[in-house]
Amino acid sequence: MYVYQDYDRQLLNERVAQFRDQTRRYLDGQLSDDEFLPLRLQNGLYIQRYAPMLRVSVPYGMLNSTQLRTLGHIARTWDKGYAHVSTRQNIQYNWPELENVPDILAELAKVEMHAIQTSGNCIRNVTTDEFAGINAAEVEDPRPWCEIIRQWATFNPEFAYLPRKFKIAVNAVPNEDPALIGVHDIGVQIVHRDGETGFTVLAGGGLGRTPMTGEVIGEFVPWQHLLSYLEAILRVYNKYGNRDNKYKARIKILVKALGAEKFRELTEAEFAELKDGPITLTADEVDRMRGHFSEPAYDGSATDQPAALTEALASSKAFNRWYHTNVHAHRQPGYAAVTLTLKKTGRAPGDITDTEFDAVADLADQYSFGELRTTHQQNIVLGDVRQDQLFALWEALEVLGFATPNLKLLTDIIACPGGDFCSLANAKSIPVAEAIQRHFEDMDYLHDLGPIDLNISGCMNACGHHHIGHIGILGVDKKGREYYQITLGGRGDKTSRIGEKLGPSFEADEVVPVIARLVDLYVEQRQPDELFIDTYERLGIDPFKERAYASHH
Amino acid sequence: MPAIIKDGTIVDDSWQRLTAEQIEQQGLPAEGDLIVPLPVWQAQRDAIAARAGRTAVCLEPGEEPSEIAADLDRLPLVAIDFPAFKDGRGYSYARELRTRYQYTGEVRAVGDVLRDQLFYMHRVGFNAFQIRADRDIEDALNGLKDFSVTYQGDVNDPRPIYRRR
Repeated sequence: MYVYQDYDRQLLNERVAQFRDQTRRYLDGQLSDDEFLPLRLQNGLYIQRYAPMLRVSVPYGMLNSTQLRTLGHIARTWDKGYAHVSTRQNIQYNWPELENVPDILAELAKVEMHAIQTSGNCIRNVTTDEFAGINAAEVEDPRPWCEIIRQWATFNPEFAYLPRKFKIAVNAVPNEDPALIGVHDIGVQIVHRDGETGFTVLAGGGLGRTPMTGEVIGEFVPWQHLLSYLEAILRVYNKYGNRDNKYKARIKILVKALGAEKFRELTEAEFAELKDGPITLTADEVDRMRGHFSEPAYDGSATDQPAALTEALASSKAFNRWYHTNVHAHRQPGYAAVTLTLKKTGRAPGDITDTEFDAVADLADQYSFGELRTTHQQNIVLGDVRQDQLFALWEALEVLGFATPNLKLLTDIIACPGGDFCSLANAKSIPVAEAIQRHFEDMDYLHDLGPIDLNISGCMNACGHHHIGHIGILGVDKKGREYYQITLGGRGDKTSRIGEKLGPSFEADEVVPVIARLVDLYVEQRQPDELFIDTYERLGIDPFKERAYASHH
Repeated sequence: MPAIIKDGTIVDDSWQRLTAEQIEQQGLPAEGDLIVPLPVWQAQRDAIAARAGRTAVCLEPGEEPSEIAADLDRLPLVAIDFPAFKDGRGYSYARELRTRYQYTGEVRAVGDVLRDQLFYMHRVGFNAFQIRADRDIEDALNGLKDFSVTYQGDVNDPRPIYRRR
């Protein structure tokens, strides 16, 4: 993990002091609501339906156990004893008091954490694959590049008042998109060419009101020029992005309006000026960053499929089932990555309590070198677990309720906090997620169905990533009543793709029966070993549409 | 005389900023230091330059420095207006004036200019700030000192932190 230097710490402390003073001036009436707004947003603070919401940054999803205990302490001390893992790998608190936020930020700063630029019209937290650094398929570890981008983006003076929010994701896996770079404002794909690291840079992807996938702007940007290229894109966006209408202000609208060709031309003109200038990365800096993400002290004698694992798989059906859904292959022989699902029925997707934070921190210390990762699917990963300790870890997770063997299955639902918490929402998400989980509670049936991504957003802003769910559910408001629009065929797996609308929206109590009918059609029509999404792609939307609206005839 | 922040201190300001409407109604003042809108400058460049006082141009969002690139050597000051502080185009304009055009004159932020934006403004190349009239300029001065550390290079020191170590 990146280890803070003195200047990183000093910067954080100065930020806390700055925000403490800004909060004081706001409460004294020296700053208007409008003036305080971007200042608090760039410290992660929203004013929500019932209380402020504080979004804490988890840079590219990496956490250590000390930080996790602090997150638990904050939930206990200043919130109602729980927090929420967001789809951008951050941690959200739903009930802090504004007056306490400077103290919360000071507490976070002690463990090298913050809420910088987790909201507002600036460059947000950079995200990547939750298996970064341990994924055998990646060309190299993307995290050093994420940290390089994080530092460039943090308090970048030119890009603090952009037309709209700006999200960057980095992917190092060829032919798959675990970081969803196709639907980010900028997507960075790490590639190797002739032994040198470089980047294919996409711009103009995004979800929200007008979902679309990004266009390749930079075909191959050599590693030295990563920041120059990003800065060139940001400069074009800052100058020409729409500022009159917030719904047309994301970079995707600009790229679409200009066309990729023209956007590239403008970017290249800015890039020509920056290239080889002082912003150019040095080999020393890249080496230093790579040094921060060196391997933990793996046991070199550990081997794959040790006897202890084979025996446990044979003796416990429940462990076996969990192993096949929640355990991920690892680059290092003898090790595995384990996903803790925060998706047990009855738990709001992604929610975690103060005592659970502490318990997971203990497990990270015991089984995974004290490190863990948050995922955009709102789960938690212990990245470096010895295979001969998987059974013991599973037993501990069973007790905590984090061993639900539903990873990537229909009930591993991604959902935003929705109308229960969020003032932007048109409809509730959590009760819909729970109703679906209750209907599909039979584990045998769920495993028989295989991987299905079901994502729920309470409004157009798409925090629940509904556009890229194989099944997407969007809350809409119709004359003051909550309705749900369903999309099919979105993808956020091998590739990022926007789903297609099924048709008119449904009332809340129709959602579960409709999902059940769609799933039934899949079961009737699937070929051997065919996944839901593959059957959908083979048949097209029409038969699903017909089945979904069958009861309306 | 109104005060502004310039080069880190509060100083009296001799410049008068007029709108296009004011100039149309009253004509150009025969003397005195004058900040005019870009369209006025473009239409009456020579008449303005022939006056007794000094002249500066004010850029609005959407009016890029390239529009005055050829005139920069005779402009002692370029003002950049922030009609609303949330419109960040002016940050890129200031930076462009300093790095693309190597402009060394005064770059002044005018309009909705407030304490909490000064630190960033200073980093992108503004060296003068006309603080919004209803705000305490002494208090605003503190905004230049929010941070003692930065990651990126900027107009004052182009080296990012990895070239400063």
